[in-house]
Amino acid sequence: MKRMGLFICHCGTNIADTVDVEGLAKKFTSYPGIMFSTTYKYMCSHPGQELISKSIKEHKLDGVIVAACSPTLHEMTFRKVTRTSGVNPYQCEIANIREQCSWVHTDRVKATEKAERIIRSIIEKVRLNEDLQPIKVDVTRKALVIGGGIAGIQAALDIADSGYPVVLVEMKSSIGGHMAQLSETFPTLDCSQCILTPKMVEVASHPNIELLTYSEVKKIDGYVGNFTVTIEAKAKGIDWELCTGCGKCSEVCPVSVPSEFERGLGKRSAIYTTFPQAVPNKPVIDSESCLKIKTGGCGLCEKECDVGAINFSREFTYREEEVGAVVVATGYELYPILNISEYGGGEFEDVIDGLAFERLLSASGPTGGEIKRPSDGKVVEDIVFIQCAGSRDPEKHKPYCSRICCMYSTKQAMLFKHKVHHGQPYIFYIDIRSGGKGYEEFVERAQREDGVIYIRGKVSKLYRDNDKVKIVGVDTILNKPVEIEADLVVLAMAIIPSPGTEELTNILKVQTDENGFLQEIHPKLRPLESTTAGFYFAGCAQAPKDIPDAVSQASGTAVKVVSLFSGDYLQLEPTIATVDEDVCSGCRICISVCPYQAREFDEKKGIVRVNEALCESCGACVAACPSGASDQKNLTDKQISTMATAIIKEDEDG
Amino acid sequence: MKEIIYYPGCTLKNTAKNFEDSALACAEELGFELRELKNWYCCGTVYSLTSDDLMHHIATVRNLLRVQEEGEDRFTTLCSMCYNTLKRSSKRINENDDDREKINSFMDEEENDYEGKVDIIHYLQLLRDEIGFDKIKEKVKKPLKSLKLAPYYGCLLLRPIEAAIDDPDSPSILEDLITVMGGEVAYFPFKNECCGAYQTVSEVDLVVERARNIIGNAKRNGADALLVSCPLCAFNLDNRQKNVLEKYTDFKGIPVLYFTEALALALGLDVEVCHFDLHYQSIEELVKEIE
Amino acid sequence: MAFQLSKEGVRSDFIKKIEELSAEEISACYHCGKCSAGCPSVDYMDLLPNQIIRAIQFGDIETLRTSNTPWICASCNMCYVRCPRGIDLCSIMEAVRQMMLRENMDHIDIKNYPDKLAGLPPIALVSALRKLSS
Repeated sequence: MKRMGLFICHCGTNIADTVDVEGLAKKFTSYPGIMFSTTYKYMCSHPGQELISKSIKEHKLDGVIVAACSPTLHEMTFRKVTRTSGVNPYQCEIANIREQCSWVHTDRVKATEKAERIIRSIIEKVRLNEDLQPIKVDVTRKALVIGGGIAGIQAALDIADSGYPVVLVEMKSSIGGHMAQLSETFPTLDCSQCILTPKMVEVASHPNIELLTYSEVKKIDGYVGNFTVTIEAKAKGIDWELCTGCGKCSEVCPVSVPSEFERGLGKRSAIYTTFPQAVPNKPVIDSESCLKIKTGGCGLCEKECDVGAINFSREFTYREEEVGAVVVATGYELYPILNISEYGGGEFEDVIDGLAFERLLSASGPTGGEIKRPSDGKVVEDIVFIQCAGSRDPEKHKPYCSRICCMYSTKQAMLFKHKVHHGQPYIFYIDIRSGGKGYEEFVERAQREDGVIYIRGKVSKLYRDNDKVKIVGVDTILNKPVEIEADLVVLAMAIIPSPGTEELTNILKVQTDENGFLQEIHPKLRPLESTTAGFYFAGCAQAPKDIPDAVSQASGTAVKVVSLFSGDYLQLEPTIATVDEDVCSGCRICISVCPYQAREFDEKKGIVRVNEALCESCGACVAACPSGASDQKNLTDKQISTMATAIIKEDEDG
Repeated sequence: MKEIIYYPGCTLKNTAKNFEDSALACAEELGFELRELKNWYCCGTVYSLTSDDLMHHIATVRNLLRVQEEGEDRFTTLCSMCYNTLKRSSKRINENDDDREKINSFMDEEENDYEGKVDIIHYLQLLRDEIGFDKIKEKVKKPLKSLKLAPYYGCLLLRPIEAAIDDPDSPSILEDLITVMGGEVAYFPFKNECCGAYQTVSEVDLVVERARNIIGNAKRNGADALLVSCPLCAFNLDNRQKNVLEKYTDFKGIPVLYFTEALALALGLDVEVCHFDLHYQSIEELVKEIE
Repeated sequence: MAFQLSKEGVRSDFIKKIEELSAEEISACYHCGKCSAGCPSVDYMDLLPNQIIRAIQFGDIETLRTSNTPWICASCNMCYVRCPRGIDLCSIMEAVRQMMLRENMDHIDIKNYPDKLAGLPPIALVSALRKLSS
């Protein structure tokens, strides 16, 4: 005979205002199996927990029901108290009478009745609960970091510095991400590559980091602590073991195509290294534009290469890695201009996005750092920045704010002024969001020292007028329409997840939100953990953010990974599915419904068994099983039946 | 010969007769008979925007009912204003059962109830989607080779989205038509800027400024003529050139013609359909060049 | 003189009626100004279109009654198509006009334009009268 205790929480006024908790506690004292029933104002507080602990010992309880808020908040708290008081923690269950009762109803009488039914059902559940022990699994103490931008680099370094091996996979041929394309960073105006490349070099030379560039994750199996990842290495066309990075091949290549790194403003050859400080500093061959690969001719690079590293190979290779945790840091891209037809839809050469302008500003960029118009090379004198292009636009584009554009446009306007002293920058904005450390002072500096003119209003459209771009906007402070003839227009386009993110999240089976960004478990308190255990998020892949936040988040993921690795083993929840081997007929319907591939067919015995480590207790197999062989620990068919009865039965007393 | 019901609207029978004549002639040449709707009424010219106003939709619904009574479920029109009003009204009444029921009860003197299944397309959509620009290209006898034309859409063909026949900021339907007629398309960023519409009654100065800006931009981009699709735009951009000249003595005008007139000329049809007398800015020079 | 903001002013019957007639969420406007930037008639308006929205948001009926902006509006829909929050300003302007027209006033009187009427296409007359008179 189970001896159960019921503890009803007032939760201040949250529950007690709508549900008669005192009345219920009294009523339940005579409920079969309940040895002790009481209330407390805040059960989760220290005195509340003490009350439970004392009551367990005093009344020799072996089952605990806490009627309070959602189990997602305090189930762990109360189970811990139960355990430390000498009772198996899985004998403690939560009856949610707040989110599912007091918070959604206003009628006190009806709400109290509903709460009573909820509590009854949980009592019946606990009555049939078994003692359970967490499942222990080993952990592979190696991490996978996907994405070699600043966030991925930071995460990899922190994990590696803690003594654990890391595999860093990056789809481009070099790490560095978009930060490598920037000229200077706000608010310090540090040269971006100068502060980034030391970290890149550290990654390349770190004994604990294996760097796999020009590679992608194609498949992942397993569960937290025990993943098997298949990584595809794309065909480089060059044997990097032999290549010395001398660069002679790129010099002789006759092909000239738009460079992705230069955002289309500059050119590269078919055999190319992305940028001079690339890590690894070795080229790859773009098979779409290589003459030898397409037509069989040319081959100049091959002749020029002293070490015979060029093989024009088109072979993709695959390798498998065993890892325990994955950090996803796949970064961002800019929303394409072609989506905004009132801003030219991408047809005007002199209307570019922020990253393209960074290349114009960069000393190593296509114009050597001179601000020249892409259309005719004339030096830019009037430059207009248009903020919120595609952001804060729930009607046609992206509803969210992209967070960094106010700051980077301010920075770009200042850098422009530093280079073109007689030039005039204008910024059309709705709000200036400068909340980070030193950011507001930076904006003030832009106005005081560099004469940047901020115009409060959006631009309705722009069009070509002779050789200039005519801007049709408004200033809502002066309340006048405003027109400008600009040499160059820089659009602060919305930040979107980088291409390939969607495909990757399908492979990894991690959730994304309605805008395609990685979905964290809780935006406030757990902003870098995925709902799928073992995956952690860093950088803009999770949400638009600036470099300090990306770096902080990356270090945060490293701590999560290291903490995962630091125990002797991992503990998983034991409330998993079970199979009654005597009843199972081997029909295998359960295998087809399991989303976690947690059921395996045993050929010899002709029955199905559950992989304890993979099972996530969703219950799909239990529902699907036609013979009733499949059941779930502490949520058996019998328990569900008694719980349902408890909910619907009418009170004898009326 | 394919057939479609055609709704003229008030202005096409008098000040914009050239629009109708040229359109009917072109359609016939391209294998489509435009059969005028029997007992049509004024469509009301503007779509009533207040949520509670059903009365002003009766005008349009009566016309939709006429189409339904002829056993058809769609019809076409030329005037952009009629198109926009009829399109938005038909969408609201077709999709909203309550409104339709109310309107039917307002119109209880009508024999039949409107069932909500009639749709309207603009003549340009007919050209693009049903006749096809390729077919038109085949039939062009006098390509407008030396002419640079500025396609002026105005507002109501492209806005709001529910009535738009093309992308509001980068449409291509008139540009494609100009190209198949053999003409050159002028870059014309003011192609979708409002001409001032009904403000021409009480705020003539506003329309004068609009006309000056729109025509000025067309001329800056080297256009020889403006192509329009709405009698009100034609009035504001053509006839009002007189007022512009009164205010700005250095103003240089530009011929304005309906796109169907240009098409009629390109298809080698009788020049009579253009009704020279209805144009303020003479198009004789233009016509001579094409001939 | 400062404009007195109050909860009665902001939720007055006049304002609520405008919201009802236009069937738009006027509180959603964040005054980015894209509507005003694209308005073709703005040079002749004493207040920008988004300022009219502000007047409605603040319950400033006086301004709504005295501004010429709703009457200069040509219902071209450029504002609606540009608005990032999808607010149909055309309907809102119409609602403001209707609030006054339904008090039995006319903004234009046909008697004032006898000589200018000649040559005007019927489409211009009908639409002007429908929009600007009761």
